[in-house]
Amino acid sequence: MLKKSIFSLTRCTVLALASLATLPTWAQQTIKIGSFLSVTGPAAYLGDPELKTLQMYIEKINKEGGLLGRPIELVFYDDGSEASKANSFAKRLIENDQVVAILGGTTTGATMAAIPLVEKAEIPFISLAGAVSIIEPVRKWVFKVPPTDRMAAERVFSDMKKRGISKVALLSETAGFGASGRKETLALTQKYGIELVADETFGPKDTDVTVQLTKIKSTPGLQAVFVFGAGQGPAVVMKNIQQLGIKVPVYQSHGVASEEFIKLAGSAAEGVRLPAAGLLVADKLPANDPQKKVVVDYTKAFNDQWKTDVSGFGGHAYDALYLYVGAVKRANSVDKDKVRLALESTKGFVGTAGVFNLSDKDHLGLDLSAFRMLEVKKGDWAFAD
Amino acid sequence: MHFSQFLQFLFSGLTVGSTYALAALGFTLIYNASQVINFAQGEFIMLGGMLAVYFSLQGWPLPVVMLLAIALPALVGILLEKLAIEPVKGAEPITLIIITIGASLVIRGLVQVFLGKGTFGLPPFSGDQPIEIGGATLLPQSLWVMGVTGLVVVALWFFFAKTLLGKAMLATSFNRMAAQMVGINVQWILLLSFAMSAALGALGGILITPITLTSYDVGVMLGLKGFVAAVLGGMGSGLGAVVGGLLVGVLEAFGAGYISSAYKDAMPFVLILFILFFMPRGLFGGQATDRV
Repeated sequence: MLKKSIFSLTRCTVLALASLATLPTWAQQTIKIGSFLSVTGPAAYLGDPELKTLQMYIEKINKEGGLLGRPIELVFYDDGSEASKANSFAKRLIENDQVVAILGGTTTGATMAAIPLVEKAEIPFISLAGAVSIIEPVRKWVFKVPPTDRMAAERVFSDMKKRGISKVALLSETAGFGASGRKETLALTQKYGIELVADETFGPKDTDVTVQLTKIKSTPGLQAVFVFGAGQGPAVVMKNIQQLGIKVPVYQSHGVASEEFIKLAGSAAEGVRLPAAGLLVADKLPANDPQKKVVVDYTKAFNDQWKTDVSGFGGHAYDALYLYVGAVKRANSVDKDKVRLALESTKGFVGTAGVFNLSDKDHLGLDLSAFRMLEVKKGDWAFAD
Repeated sequence: MHFSQFLQFLFSGLTVGSTYALAALGFTLIYNASQVINFAQGEFIMLGGMLAVYFSLQGWPLPVVMLLAIALPALVGILLEKLAIEPVKGAEPITLIIITIGASLVIRGLVQVFLGKGTFGLPPFSGDQPIEIGGATLLPQSLWVMGVTGLVVVALWFFFAKTLLGKAMLATSFNRMAAQMVGINVQWILLLSFAMSAALGALGGILITPITLTSYDVGVMLGLKGFVAAVLGGMGSGLGAVVGGLLVGVLEAFGAGYISSAYKDAMPFVLILFILFFMPRGLFGGQATDRV
């Protein structure tokens, strides 16, 4: 970290000295894209594949001749999963490193901490975090690529309706992701005619949720359980559900859409349904699916280079990078305003999370079809419909 | 309220409470021998679980896995004492506490780098078919956790009451100077206490991993709850540590069950305020005496 900051300090001095005569040509050489991600700390499992993805694809783009014939330089900082650090790194990216755009903000907290700065500096910012509050209300310079928690809840509710389920117990995590998901879920119950017969919570580090589930089990009229959380908690919930012998259908959110979840929950994951992006089932998508090529290629590239399973989170970094690259190509410039307009006019961009159609009123551009309803069958993902 | 529900809450509380009790015993051992409150105790629990996962991924049999996953953290405990605690002999307790917090950060960081940032699980020791008792269910692994905790308590009692080494350790905790004068190798006793406490924590970490899963950062909360349990029972009392641990676990479960799951983590902390207000030395702590 220290080395990095000294480096940027010298770079800053060089920049200052060079600004009189040589700045224009110097700046034309590389395109500096900034990024701050949570590569260490509690959100590391999100930020780590994101950084790997950015590095891998920027290297690829540079090898193939760069963007507009210029190499991309990634200026990266690790916020350690702390929103306050995200804020100061965003500031550094804007003021010291003078990047042309920022891709990043692994968590909603980190993203929200950077938003006032990018809005003031007027620079394109594509977030990799989940909450709908990032793009609602629409902010001029702020975009995001992951589908929202509200979309996940809608997808789950519409599947429940199709199966004739109306009395649901909600079990949500108290940390940011689950808390925001709970809020969105509560707001949607009326629209879908769902009655929440129980509303329980669990902590992100809880090692036992049998108490909450015992209460849910004895709730009269219970037809399904909807778990909203990320990380290890939801896997513990599945084990506890199996232990208590709760037989109603169980739904999880997209927060656990990874191979790891099935590995952790083992046989207890059998039959659970959740909304997930096509990336998770890349090999099972039909050949005519618009996303097929993108997700298969990404999966292969990531596996080959890093020797680990892909996760949807790394996919978000891919989407953000190529959303930006596409906009720059169409704008034929890295001029901030031109790129912003090009981002807003993105149509039919196929990413790992879905097909993006942005507008000046929609800075995400995904619809419910981005989510596929999956079910765990025999220890693997399968399409539920 | 249904009896089966009550029973389920109790099972849940006792299982979780047993792990708190093991953590609290670790705090107690080190505190007794050295007056150090070792905030790296939770990391020993984490190390046990994470190493067990790592070794079992190598395909080694469970007894070997357990032995290694207990021995290595014990070694870490010894290194911690030798490299970080011993060189500052006679420092203020607050300095020592800060050193142990620093050590916990180092251990967590190293595990994150070398064993990964993900969450891992272990297969249960004897299947995952729940046992039904009175309409409530209990996992076989929970019996392992509670049973082994019980055994450890008995073994520790035997160690302190019946063996010379145990008595030497007790003597050191009562009066280090006097112990040294009757020929007890105090330095060695300190090393032993760190090794034992690390081994205990690691054992607990291995046992709970099949139920609770593990990751590089599980030690933080477990260590904190273990500390609460130890203070609740009376810092330095072995019996207090066990009762404190079970009490915290059961209270959490009943709090979540009968009041609200939103306040679950707050229960033990509210409780500790009350108990320390009326019984400042904990449930089983000795009378405060000042040496003149």
